[in-house]
Amino acid sequence: MLSLFRSPVYYFINKMEKEKVKPDTEKKQQPKSREEVVIAIKGLKKSFGKKDVLKDINLEVKKGENVVILGRSGTGKSVTIQCIVGLLKPDGGSLKVFGDEVADMNDKELKQLRIKIGFLFQSGALYDSMTVRENLEFPLTRILKIKDQNEIDKRVEEALDSVGLLDAIDKLPSDLSGGMRKRAGLARTIVVNPEIMLYDEPTTGLDPITSREISELILNIQKKFKTSSIIITHDMECARLAADRIVIMSDGEYIAEGSFDELHKSKDKIVASYFTDIL
Amino acid sequence: MAEEVIIPAWKRWFEEIGDQVGFFFKFFRNIFTGGFEWSEFVRQCYEIGYRSMMLVGITSFIMGVVLILQLRPTLITFGAASMLPKTLSVSFVREIGPVIIGIICAGKMASSIGAELGSMNVTEQLDAMEVSGANPLQYLVVTRILATTLMVPILSVLGDVIGLFGGFLALNIRDSISFKLYFTKVIASLDFSDFLPALVKTIFFGFAIGFVGCYKGFHSNKGTESVGIAANSAVVTASLWIFVIDAIAVQITSLLFYK
Repeated sequence: MLSLFRSPVYYFINKMEKEKVKPDTEKKQQPKSREEVVIAIKGLKKSFGKKDVLKDINLEVKKGENVVILGRSGTGKSVTIQCIVGLLKPDGGSLKVFGDEVADMNDKELKQLRIKIGFLFQSGALYDSMTVRENLEFPLTRILKIKDQNEIDKRVEEALDSVGLLDAIDKLPSDLSGGMRKRAGLARTIVVNPEIMLYDEPTTGLDPITSREISELILNIQKKFKTSSIIITHDMECARLAADRIVIMSDGEYIAEGSFDELHKSKDKIVASYFTDIL
Repeated sequence: MAEEVIIPAWKRWFEEIGDQVGFFFKFFRNIFTGGFEWSEFVRQCYEIGYRSMMLVGITSFIMGVVLILQLRPTLITFGAASMLPKTLSVSFVREIGPVIIGIICAGKMASSIGAELGSMNVTEQLDAMEVSGANPLQYLVVTRILATTLMVPILSVLGDVIGLFGGFLALNIRDSISFKLYFTKVIASLDFSDFLPALVKTIFFGFAIGFVGCYKGFHSNKGTESVGIAANSAVVTASLWIFVIDAIAVQITSLLFYK
């Protein structure tokens, strides 16, 4: 407005130029940004009984990005990713994956979406009546409906090789250590080549060396399979290694967002409390 | 702390009935949709059926022996010792065999299914199956319910034969009767109306055992304690259902065959 008083001619020329340029840039940028965002959450709400677990969650995950969610236990981190795969239905807000609203999907659409999402559970969640090989074959034969045994063997061995667990191919989950179980669980999720990976506390209960190995594995998977990921963790080393961006959750809301270094320098009491042991 | 919502017991009961009806329809729909898991069905028949054979065999044998030892003095009092094979066969095939074997199967199968699915629920295996895009109902529930529905009648027939053989051995402790004469008397005393309703009844027993085991396991809570609760509740509910089904079956059989 000030420019109008300074130079009316300049103002009108500038305005015309802006109007000329604006639609073009919008046309170019809009599809690009739409394409890049794989998960878009706006105002997500979820309650259990009278407890509001998610109050107002807003999050965007871009293609190829690793987002780490930090937060105390019971703040609704796992609930968020369970809503993403349709295990829980949100009470309000919008949750779009690949541009489609998850809550509006029918069973068939939800099944199609789930094929594109890999979910690593805290315990690994291996089917304990099956060997590691059978665990990996399960999604290939039941979901991708692959019939060719050679192709199945090849994909199973490749996935196990990616997580360094080829030696344990014929072992039962009960014969594996906690770290091996998580790696086998990871192999089972990547065997179907998902586009999005959701990690629910991938390093919980593991020793520091194995935790680091899992964190490096998450990074390798991101590079190798070009996946976008949401990682829920309490492990700051995992967050430092794997995160492109960190969001901190408290009481059902996101209170801070940024890179590891940005949040490390934060003066906010709650944010700083996560970095107290980090030099 | 969030306030805990207290739901009245009657409302919870109705909710559970509603859940069970919903679960039944989901099971029924999943039999016909998608591919049938033959390999898992065969594995369950082996695990549930074949592995119960020893238990069913021993129990039926003992029941046959005990029944003859209990019946003999009474029938001798009435001078009807020759009626022992007939009395045993009719009572065993019609009622005692199916119900006892049903109760044993409820104890073994419903508890193992309830505990297995309950622990799969606790260790997030059911969720893992669901989020992978697979159908846990088709893979876990349909196969188990159909396996119990098929195997309980087979075990019941096997149990009848072993129980009657036990009766033959028990009869030969005090008296002497040839194998051929004993089984001729047994078969002659059995009618189509003794065998068929009992067999049909065991199909329903098998279904109830599988259904209750799967329902309790599938709907268990997430704590380790709930695995035990699921197994226990599966046995109790399945046993109760066996008596309820038996009572209904006896009424229907009486109306149809013994007017």
